[in-house]
Amino acid sequence: MTQQMTSPEHIEYVLRLGDNALILGQRLSEWCGHAPVLEEDMALANMSLDLIGQARMLLTHAGRLEGRGRDEDQLAFLRTEPNYRNLTLCELPNQDFARTMVRNFLYSSFQKLLWERLMTSSDAELAAIAAKSIKEARYHAQHAGDWVIRLGDGTAESHARAQGALDYLWPYTAEFFAATPVDDTVAAAGVGPAWSELETAWEALVLPVLAEATLTVPARTPFRSYGKFGRHSEHMGHLLAEMQIMQRTYPGAQW
Amino acid sequence: MYTQALDIPQQNTEAKGPRTIENPAYQAEFDAKIDAGGYIEAKDWMPESYRKTLVRQISQHAHSEIVGMLPEGNWITRAPTLKRKAILLAKVQDEGGHGLYLYAAAETLGVSRDELLDALHSGRAKYSSIFNYPTLTWADIGVVGWLVDGAAIMNQIPLCKCSYGPYARAMVRICKEESFHQRQGYDLLLTMMKGTQEQRDMVQDAVNRWWWPSIMMFGPHDKDSTHSAQSARWGIKRISNDDLRQKFVDATVEQAKVLGVTMPDPELKWNEARGHYDFGAIDWDEFWNVVNGHGQGNVDRLAARVKAWDDGAWVREAALEYARKHDARDSQAA
Ligand SMILES: [Fe+2]
Ligand SMILES: [Fe+2]
Ligand SMILES: [Fe+2]
Repeated sequence: MTQQMTSPEHIEYVLRLGDNALILGQRLSEWCGHAPVLEEDMALANMSLDLIGQARMLLTHAGRLEGRGRDEDQLAFLRTEPNYRNLTLCELPNQDFARTMVRNFLYSSFQKLLWERLMTSSDAELAAIAAKSIKEARYHAQHAGDWVIRLGDGTAESHARAQGALDYLWPYTAEFFAATPVDDTVAAAGVGPAWSELETAWEALVLPVLAEATLTVPARTPFRSYGKFGRHSEHMGHLLAEMQIMQRTYPGAQW
Repeated sequence: MYTQALDIPQQNTEAKGPRTIENPAYQAEFDAKIDAGGYIEAKDWMPESYRKTLVRQISQHAHSEIVGMLPEGNWITRAPTLKRKAILLAKVQDEGGHGLYLYAAAETLGVSRDELLDALHSGRAKYSSIFNYPTLTWADIGVVGWLVDGAAIMNQIPLCKCSYGPYARAMVRICKEESFHQRQGYDLLLTMMKGTQEQRDMVQDAVNRWWWPSIMMFGPHDKDSTHSAQSARWGIKRISNDDLRQKFVDATVEQAKVLGVTMPDPELKWNEARGHYDFGAIDWDEFWNVVNGHGQGNVDRLAARVKAWDDGAWVREAALEYARKHDARDSQAA
């Protein structure tokens, strides 16, 4: 990586990407051994692995940009809750297979657009991470999209569960596109797009699939969530307590 | 991860499948092929007892792989570093893959995966008892890789040359991955042993809990083992339980020295005359108690599998219903 002036906004932007991958990867890993069929155990573990892999690259990169000697594990395990910048959607409990798949679909469709744009980032390291991650996001969106269609257009029960999942998750997607000064700075430096720019393209990706799944897209409401600003849901503290336990219990130990 | 078939006297036949018409001419041809060390393939004639023994052994092995995902899955969300989390996830994913290859191999013998799973869920089928032991600390993840995957490899390498082609080929792939798991487990422990005293104590404690169950994985002593002679002739059990166990002990004790841990067996010592390590008496009451359902984890492990299956029923139904609707629509459109 070249010596470049790194702004705090740039670091936060990369951390946000890393935290999304980390926290959703953590959630998906909870499925391992408990999925509806063995093939989905494998697929969910595989997607979790992809996300943990992305998180490792992104957090390592964020740590280097920051220049305070923090590595991927210090960033992953030793921050306090308000310092995690992931979307609230990523930290919500899995609930059931419908909610897990609808979330994966909404999130990975967004991620696909984001990685496409980041492939031309002025941050060469970030561009390289994007080039690798785009393939994973495409696969995740395809896999989850296929399930959203099958569940939505399957049985009465699966339809009701998929619709319930969409009703629950949809309000959290407003956070994807919420404007933030961080994005403006980062966009001006050519590091990456302001996420608010992606809303139209995202809707063009997800709405046809939701229609094919015979699901009704809820109207936007005043509900807002603020995970990417550091204010999380009640679920986040429990996720972190579990994820951080070893590093918190044995400070400084090597594993 | 593990298994060789355990012959349990009270065990029911796990899954039915088609019956074979017995035929002396075919039998002679089959015997000749076995004696020449050839492979039996799915389409070949085989005696009913051969087919049933294989279905039992392969399905027990498959069940062991998927139940084995649970004790290790127990630590995925708490792995201490991202690198270790990724390694563990990949490992548990491999075990699921082993389950898939093995169910597929069993299906070539005319039973369905659903029938086999039903036998597991209803408690008629067995899986390796080792997975009824709890994983209490992070060191258990290393010790399971080192000892449990290690014992599995000892058991399974001979099966790579077993007489049933689909099973032998599945075992070749599985053994490669199991030896990778064992090295990763050992590497995890080496790292912990270079750490703090608290970490070293954690490793020793895990070794104390897993050593005896690991050497029990080779099954009863040869003198107490049923069916072994027939299985040996068929090439689906090529080396005896006691020989495999000895081989495992000899290899593992040396690895323990490098690691800096001791096995919880005061009678464990090198016997110059035999050229092997002697070891203490195995507590077979403990072994049979766990086999017969009274281990710490038996109830919870099976309940977790049954819950995953039952909770997933609506998903599987939805997939079938979607396919049915779309086949109907596609054929209307055609
Ligand atoms: Fe393994
Ligand atoms: Fe395995
Ligand atoms: Fe195995």
